[in-house]
Amino acid sequence: MTELLHAMAEHLVIVTLSMAVASLIGVALGVLSYWWHRAGVVIIALAEIIQTIPSLALLALLMIIFGLGDVTLAVALILYAQLPIIRNTTTALNELDSHIIDAARGMGMSRAQRLLKVEIPLSIPMIFGGIKVALVNSLSIAVMGVLIGSGGLGYIVYRGIQQRNMGRILLGAIPVVCIALLFDYLMGKVEVRLSKHTS
Amino acid sequence: MIEFRNVTKRYGAVTVLDDVSFTIKSGEFVVVIGPSGCGKTTTLRTINRLIEPKPGTVFIDGKDVTLQSGVELRRSIGYVIQQIGLFPNMTVEENIAVVPKLLKYPPEECRTIVHDLLALVNMPWDEYAHKYPNQLSGGQQQRIGVLRALAASPPIVLMDEPFGALDPVTREGLQEEVKRIQKKLKKTIVFVTHDMDEALRLADTIIFMDKGKILQMASPEEMLHKPADTLIKNFLGRHIEEETPSAPKRAEEFMKKRVYTVNENVKTLQSIERMRKREVNSLVVIDDEERYLGTVSIEEIKRRGKAGRAVSEYLNTDTLTVNRNSDAKEALDKLLASTENYVIVLNDDRSVAGIITRTSTAKALGEALWGEIEA
Repeated sequence: MTELLHAMAEHLVIVTLSMAVASLIGVALGVLSYWWHRAGVVIIALAEIIQTIPSLALLALLMIIFGLGDVTLAVALILYAQLPIIRNTTTALNELDSHIIDAARGMGMSRAQRLLKVEIPLSIPMIFGGIKVALVNSLSIAVMGVLIGSGGLGYIVYRGIQQRNMGRILLGAIPVVCIALLFDYLMGKVEVRLSKHTS
Repeated sequence: MIEFRNVTKRYGAVTVLDDVSFTIKSGEFVVVIGPSGCGKTTTLRTINRLIEPKPGTVFIDGKDVTLQSGVELRRSIGYVIQQIGLFPNMTVEENIAVVPKLLKYPPEECRTIVHDLLALVNMPWDEYAHKYPNQLSGGQQQRIGVLRALAASPPIVLMDEPFGALDPVTREGLQEEVKRIQKKLKKTIVFVTHDMDEALRLADTIIFMDKGKILQMASPEEMLHKPADTLIKNFLGRHIEEETPSAPKRAEEFMKKRVYTVNENVKTLQSIERMRKREVNSLVVIDDEERYLGTVSIEEIKRRGKAGRAVSEYLNTDTLTVNRNSDAKEALDKLLASTENYVIVLNDDRSVAGIITRTSTAKALGEALWGEIEA
């Protein structure tokens, strides 16, 4: 039981920390794509390419650079999280009511002020939705981390496979599913609350 | 003071502003009007450099606007748009205080400004300051839109069809409020609209634009009296007619011309037959020279009439008559006093010109107000 709790805690820490970093990078790239459309096309294409690389292959590639351990897993999770976060960020910003932007310009807001005072606050629900998708994905991808010497629930699943012990496999897999569902539900609730004053 | 000097604006091959020059005095309420695509919104947005004046120069108080950064300039000019554009993520108070905050006013001062402005439009601070835009009606939202533009007391306020999306009652209320505020705070307002009613109601000066040029810049009175172009005349439409009211003044203008007459020598049965055919219950009796003698009613003939007698024996001479050139008021007074609900109108030679009934009166008045009416 302690082993399970420990694995769960480890799993959650890696995923949430990775997502925190991924959000900062993803939103920044999303804003860049919004401000500079040409860069956006390239950025989103790259994120899409990353998304298509099988997780096992990506982990192997990253291992060459970062070695074994949690950092490599975190980098992989951050890379995988980019597409949903960047895409939701640019979409949200591009779909803002143009009259609100016009009013913000007319009031004398600089581009940065418009972004921070109006555009980002109004885009938060959709950006948050992107982070939710990324986080739920990461919870299952992180299971693969065991192959590059990272911890988490993947370790329990891996041991189960080695011992041909179905019970142990499920002991690792079921918490992943439960946590993912729980996050999906709770973050969905938050998303609705955030949308209250954006239209 | 706002001055446009030879301002031109082209988008590709399309010329939106074509060498426009004009001067707006401080404290003036100027309405820019014209058909869509005439360049009125472009003119407005050139003042606060949302559109760059190039080539040409815009001066505010003698200073070229391009010498200042656009962002700084816009903070010193109020801006209201048709779509309102309140920030949905901010409360009423935060929305109003946007520009003061950008200008780094201390928080207490911002609060005082919001308080005072809400009081100006009778929206109590306690009730409204902490509401979000989506909790307000359209009219209330645009009130806040106007207050937001006024918050940092800019000497100039630009309004781009601010009331175009509101219902007529709300619009009229807001027009009055804006006019009142403008007079009270002595703002220079440049107001774009396509609604001539609105322009005539609000403007000290109207600028009429078409195809990127100014057709006429004049006071509403002058524009009504001397529209410089047929397009302006069309825009003014019914307002020009209102200037020269043509209310009917003479009795003949109220009468219906078709009158059923009968010669005094016609026999009773024949006249009854004629009334049936015309679906009326009395006829006007005339002599051989077509002069008016009186009227004869179906009831009278039925009561006392004998076959073979002439209608002249049953003549009613009490029916009221007026001369066709007499004052309409006299005719209407008689009509209202008449027991038969009609007054006979006579020519100078006492021949019958027409008949005034309540229906013909209503029709004449209606046509005077709204033009030809089907009846």
